[in-house]
Amino acid sequence: MPDALPRRRITLTVNGKEHSAETEDRYSLADFLRHGLGLTGTHLGCEHGVCGACTVLVNGEAVRGCLMLAVQAEGCRVTTIEGLADDDGALSPLQQAFMDNHGLQCGFCTPGILTTLTAYLRDHPNADEPEIREALSGNICRCTGYDTIVRAALAAARTIREGAKA
Amino acid sequence: MKPAPFTYHRAGSLAEAAEMAATLDNARLLSGGQSLMAMMNLRYVAVDHLIDLNPVAEIAGIAIDGGRVTLGAMTRQRAVLESDALAACCPILREALGFVGHVQTRNRGTVGGSLAHLDPAAELPGMAALLDAEITLTSRGGARTVAMADYPQGYMTPDIVDGEILTSVAFDLWPEGHGWDFREFAQRHGDFAMAGVGSLIALDADGRIGRAAVILIGVGDGPLRLRDVEDILTDEAPSGALFAAAAAMAAARPMSADALVTEAYRQHLSRVLVRRSLTRACARATEAAHA
Repeated sequence: MPDALPRRRITLTVNGKEHSAETEDRYSLADFLRHGLGLTGTHLGCEHGVCGACTVLVNGEAVRGCLMLAVQAEGCRVTTIEGLADDDGALSPLQQAFMDNHGLQCGFCTPGILTTLTAYLRDHPNADEPEIREALSGNICRCTGYDTIVRAALAAARTIREGAKA
Repeated sequence: MKPAPFTYHRAGSLAEAAEMAATLDNARLLSGGQSLMAMMNLRYVAVDHLIDLNPVAEIAGIAIDGGRVTLGAMTRQRAVLESDALAACCPILREALGFVGHVQTRNRGTVGGSLAHLDPAAELPGMAALLDAEITLTSRGGARTVAMADYPQGYMTPDIVDGEILTSVAFDLWPEGHGWDFREFAQRHGDFAMAGVGSLIALDADGRIGRAAVILIGVGDGPLRLRDVEDILTDEAPSGALFAAAAAMAAARPMSADALVTEAYRQHLSRVLVRRSLTRACARATEAAHA
């Protein structure tokens, strides 16, 4: 029976590298990234669009990886948590700020939060605390440690702004 | 993966999508997928065929022409929120879209998807009801237009028959200088509202309310247009007593109850929200008149 399930081959660019792989039609993008490409940094929490743990960037914009099908990512540019650091391993300003401010905690929701904030701070480098809290409203942290997450985001925003000035 | 098996179909054009919708059995149209994919993951919905409208660029976009706005069904919610042209002529849309889910869901979610899904707490059907929108449905046989007033047939049941594709929504603009307000009460920003209200007010030359439109969302089977409230506001001078009377009238109707919220609490929320919303919409209209 599994052989009869609809499948197709998709080609997409993930973290700058082109991949061509077969997927079942019903696979979510997040499942495809994890099981098809072995990129297990993207986490699936609720799998119905509430928790935000599976957030990845598709063509630069944050989307729920559990609510988009892998087959819909044909030809798209996808960025996951594995793609945020530089090729030489240097953390992004946001990742560094999360380390410095204890924004990670248990780490399960962190990939979704980092991808969400990467896109948000790129578009809103002057974001203040209420704006960052609203931007985070689609990501649930069950450690409930939002204060350190917000502190980290504000610190990253400062670093990004200073970098832009330099 | 969570959904039951289905075959995915990429529609390259509206004609192709209409052909697929007319011929495939147990098929559903996929736009943003922010509700449908969740329902399929939960297996509330199981389909044999999924027709993806995302590549159909011809039904996406915002057109403002001669006092009328047309939103293509595949227009992303984020595009509506971020359109400065729309915010200039119909500012309530930006205020309401800020309450639609979260940035991640607005990046994918579409205008047409929300209208087709017709969640009672959804902001976009509420806006369509408030603005007396017309919805265009296209099938292999042609297109037809439905007034938003006739479109909801019951709880999450739009007037769409098999083979039809919601392709656009259009509405006439309110006069320049009108007042507006949208607000809602939810447990968390972006969650489904326990109650939400939208108001539009146009003042006449004497500073009286020449025209009013008010809707409630999240309190019944669909967006609730408050015609009786609009009637008692019209031709009156704005005042706290008038807004309180209008709010009491809005809250007097039967409302839904669920595991979290009683009917009485929804009525209470509606009364408070309607009074505040009318107050702000009238203040904005007055401010525009003196600008």
